[in-house]
Amino acid sequence: MEKFGFTLLKARFIDYDANDRSIAEFIYSKEPSFRVCIECGCCAATCTTGKYTRFSLRELNILMKRGENSLVRNKIRECMLCGKCTLVCPRGVNTRNVIALAREAYRKEQDNAV
Amino acid sequence: MKAEGKKRVWADYQKDIADDHFFYVRSCIRQTFFPGSEQFFLHLMRKVLGKDVLENPSHTSCTGIGYHSDIVPLRTIMAVVARHFALMKESGYKNIAISCVTSFGIYTEILETWKHFPRELEQTREDLFKATGREFDIPENVAHTSDIIFKFRDEIAQKAKYRLVNRDTGKPLRGVEHIGCHYAKMFPKHGVGGAEFPRVLSGMIESWGGEIVDYPERRHCCGFGFRQYLVQANRGYSLSNTAKKFESMKPFRPDFVLTNCPGCNMFMDKWQYTIKEMDGTVYGEKGESIPILTYEELAGLVMGYNPWDLGLQLHMVQSEPLFRKMGIEFNPDDKYKTKDGRQMPVPQNLINS
Repeated sequence: MEKFGFTLLKARFIDYDANDRSIAEFIYSKEPSFRVCIECGCCAATCTTGKYTRFSLRELNILMKRGENSLVRNKIRECMLCGKCTLVCPRGVNTRNVIALAREAYRKEQDNAV
Repeated sequence: MKAEGKKRVWADYQKDIADDHFFYVRSCIRQTFFPGSEQFFLHLMRKVLGKDVLENPSHTSCTGIGYHSDIVPLRTIMAVVARHFALMKESGYKNIAISCVTSFGIYTEILETWKHFPRELEQTREDLFKATGREFDIPENVAHTSDIIFKFRDEIAQKAKYRLVNRDTGKPLRGVEHIGCHYAKMFPKHGVGGAEFPRVLSGMIESWGGEIVDYPERRHCCGFGFRQYLVQANRGYSLSNTAKKFESMKPFRPDFVLTNCPGCNMFMDKWQYTIKEMDGTVYGEKGESIPILTYEELAGLVMGYNPWDLGLQLHMVQSEPLFRKMGIEFNPDDKYKTKDGRQMPVPQNLINS
């Protein structure tokens, strides 16, 4: 596949009924501005962590809203909470609080599981 | 539904196609990748059907690919299209015959824009006059060249030497018809049969003896999608669309695919090679791929023209399996020879060859 510079993507679908979207619901209830995120990616573009690693808040926001939590659970801990993403957000989303709430939700989820 | 109501609904999708005196505009992709198709269209119209078709050497690209990739602004492309109409007016023609589905979509989009926003029409008239000193009229009839072949499909059937029938079994060959999205999905009334039930290609296949394959992803895009293939890293989206279509049609064992769009033809042809290279998948029977034909190529084949004169050797997926099924006589040694008998270089990695 290397010689083409692109790959054949396998079919996939998101099962919204089966996925657990309680984490996103928890964040919505505590930080309503999370609802108005349009996934523009300004947060990811300005992110210092994202500059040196594959961390992308835009991607994580989408995954949390879809309920694809297994891909977010550990990744969200990489954020340094500097808050630059909050400063650049054109929709006024308190992204720093979104991350803090997501961490709290995943920690509670883990505690309950134990 | 009452018969009267049904008639009224379908009246919107019965397209008027001019009978004669066409101003022909070529396709950038077709004249580059399948030059035999456009050449055969002109031959068929002029020499076989006795129609008047004018081609003006001053005609240019419609710039549709630039428009769809945000390089050419709407105002500019409207002036380019208006210039083509001006050339048509200067030549004394009123019916335009468009070879490309992208161009056809551009022309219909612009005509609809002018209809609903007359201010834009006046602006374009002013732009064109200032830039070139030319004036134009709106064409009386706008037809894609597949519409024209559809109109004359029964005349072609009467002159046919071969039928779309398997010579060994006597059964009709199974054809997938694939209509370009920009043909009628944007403005259904401009296509024969509208967007959901287009008849333009299925009518040809049935008239020439074949059978239509109806499969789940029949109306799915081929994957061409300008933004999907212009950037190399995005081409996986284009390829995946094509794979989805082929996986859907594979169980129905089609003998060929007929397209009316340059992009669909090119990508359904070349992506079969790419998918085979990537993971070895082929979608035809007996380890072969499915030949992808233009409507002119198919018309030429049933009329008994030499496949190499029609330019079928220029495809990535070669059509020999289809020739054998139809019983078409062909000489493999002449495949890459010029008209005066000189041997041309033979391409590598061709499929079905």
